[in-house]
Amino acid sequence: MKYKLKLALLGAGCLFVFIASFFIGRYGIDLPTVIKILADRFVRLVSFGKLGLEQSWTGAQQSIVINIRLPRIAAAALVGAALAVAGAAYQGMFRNPMVSPDILGASTGAGFGAALAILLGFSYSGITTMSFVFGMAAVLVAWLVSKSSRIQTTIAMVLAGVMVSSLFSAGTSFVKLVADTQSQLPAITYWLMGSLSSIKMADLHFAAIPILIGLVPLFLLRWRINLLTVSEAEARSMGIETGRLRLLVIVCATLMTAASVSISGMIGWVGLAIPHFCRLIFGQDYRRLIPCSALMGATFLMLVDNISRTISTAEIPLGILTAFIGAPVFLYLIITGGSARND
Amino acid sequence: MIEVKNLCFSYGSGSVLDNINFCAEPGSLIAVLGPNGVGKTTLFRCLLGFLKPSSGSVLVNGKDVNLFSKKDLAKEIAYIPQSYNPVFNHTVLDCVLMGLTSSLSVFEQPGPEHEKKALQCLQMLDIEKLAHRGSMKISGGERQLMLIARALVQDAKVLIMDEPTSSLDYGNSFNVMDRISELRDRGYTILFSSHNPDQGLRWADKVLALKDGRVLAYGPAKESLSGTVLKELYGIDVSVNNVSTGNGDYTVCIPLGGKTAQNV
Repeated sequence: MKYKLKLALLGAGCLFVFIASFFIGRYGIDLPTVIKILADRFVRLVSFGKLGLEQSWTGAQQSIVINIRLPRIAAAALVGAALAVAGAAYQGMFRNPMVSPDILGASTGAGFGAALAILLGFSYSGITTMSFVFGMAAVLVAWLVSKSSRIQTTIAMVLAGVMVSSLFSAGTSFVKLVADTQSQLPAITYWLMGSLSSIKMADLHFAAIPILIGLVPLFLLRWRINLLTVSEAEARSMGIETGRLRLLVIVCATLMTAASVSISGMIGWVGLAIPHFCRLIFGQDYRRLIPCSALMGATFLMLVDNISRTISTAEIPLGILTAFIGAPVFLYLIITGGSARND
Repeated sequence: MIEVKNLCFSYGSGSVLDNINFCAEPGSLIAVLGPNGVGKTTLFRCLLGFLKPSSGSVLVNGKDVNLFSKKDLAKEIAYIPQSYNPVFNHTVLDCVLMGLTSSLSVFEQPGPEHEKKALQCLQMLDIEKLAHRGSMKISGGERQLMLIARALVQDAKVLIMDEPTSSLDYGNSFNVMDRISELRDRGYTILFSSHNPDQGLRWADKVLALKDGRVLAYGPAKESLSGTVLKELYGIDVSVNNVSTGNGDYTVCIPLGGKTAQNV
């Protein structure tokens, strides 16, 4: 029961941060108005536009809440949840706590795709699409290499992932080298540092589909991910098709990572550390780890994004902030051992 | 019941198992002995259906092991690995619950009744107090018992144990072997590999002695493990003695060594 209470608190915290995030920004809007605007939008959505609240707010307020803040806050929550869950799943699958979602090259592939799209002068949605496609392609290459390798699959997969990653990051460097230094190079550099500042509702829709396609199976199969953390022989003797489950985890985690990176750029740290943060509080069982990582990742990235857009007049890229905030907290947890109740 | 008929296995050109025949009757405890690299693990992998024999067959209750789905086979045979090196500190209870995989549907998760069953299996081995401890933080002996509990919860009647005591101290080895023989008394059919012939003499109903991929001897421990068989198995002279103690009579091996022993 203790777990349910903790989960409820985490869920409430996540919701609180979600709503509180709407007040943060240069244009102040009061609580009742925000709630009314959101409730109106929600009612319209579920009633297919037939019903709605009586409008007691200005068009400017509606525009800021719905068109500017909502996509951004929702994207932060979605990307944070996706990266944390992908990281947790990969860590279990590779039986390695130091693994992050970019292990198979999804992030570097997506980064290269975006850089290339910027170089070729694509539109914003073109950049997002290219990024997603290259992120998926990088993992596909790593997976195909490991399939045709004669050495043990997991090791081959990690090695192939590292190689594919370095290949794509070299590609990104090359794109930066030939890019126009006045406009393209800063755009690429800034994109790679991670940001949600130019997110629109359409990007959110674009990323939400693959993220949900990845998230739902991982959530439903979360107990079985535990079985990937024991040796292959043990898992098979307990009656599981490890190969199939492993492939499914790769596909789901990759979809989520590539989709996240394609709208947010490279945001490190979340996928590596949030699952550990959750392990310290909720234990190792993937039944708990997957939902908690999702909530914790979402909350964390919403908080970080709030800081990113308010701390100074120029936005600070998310990738920098996640490390600045996350790493010291994590170090503190390592030193104190968190709530290491499993001793 | 497990029947092994004319089982041969080879990796590429190198033959590992050569015409193995034996039958493990229900409720028997069988020790598999043999020098390093003789194919004990390969034999177990064939029994578990991980490896396909080059020829011959392994029958589980009369049905070829390779005709079972993984899920159905898990309900017949459980495997207890030599050691367990967890990367994540799952609780003992969580580890034992993993044994329930074959009885759950794909999206199903273990519920309270499953936890109760897992706790009962821990209780059977007197380690229920470890249920909420981390599997990384318990001793090697306790971890071995945890793996056995995980196999019990699987509800398979045949247990295959790969050197269950190889990483345990003297006292823990004894305790784990004692637990294993209790399970035999409860009706489980158990095959375990060992490097200690004394374990075969003390606990096993039968001994399967393997040498160069063939069966050197198979039968009741005291009849099969003569000094000659042990010499052939391990390349050293061994004296097999009956010893009387206050607690009963035991048969034990005393290794005499190689060259010097021949001069005695």
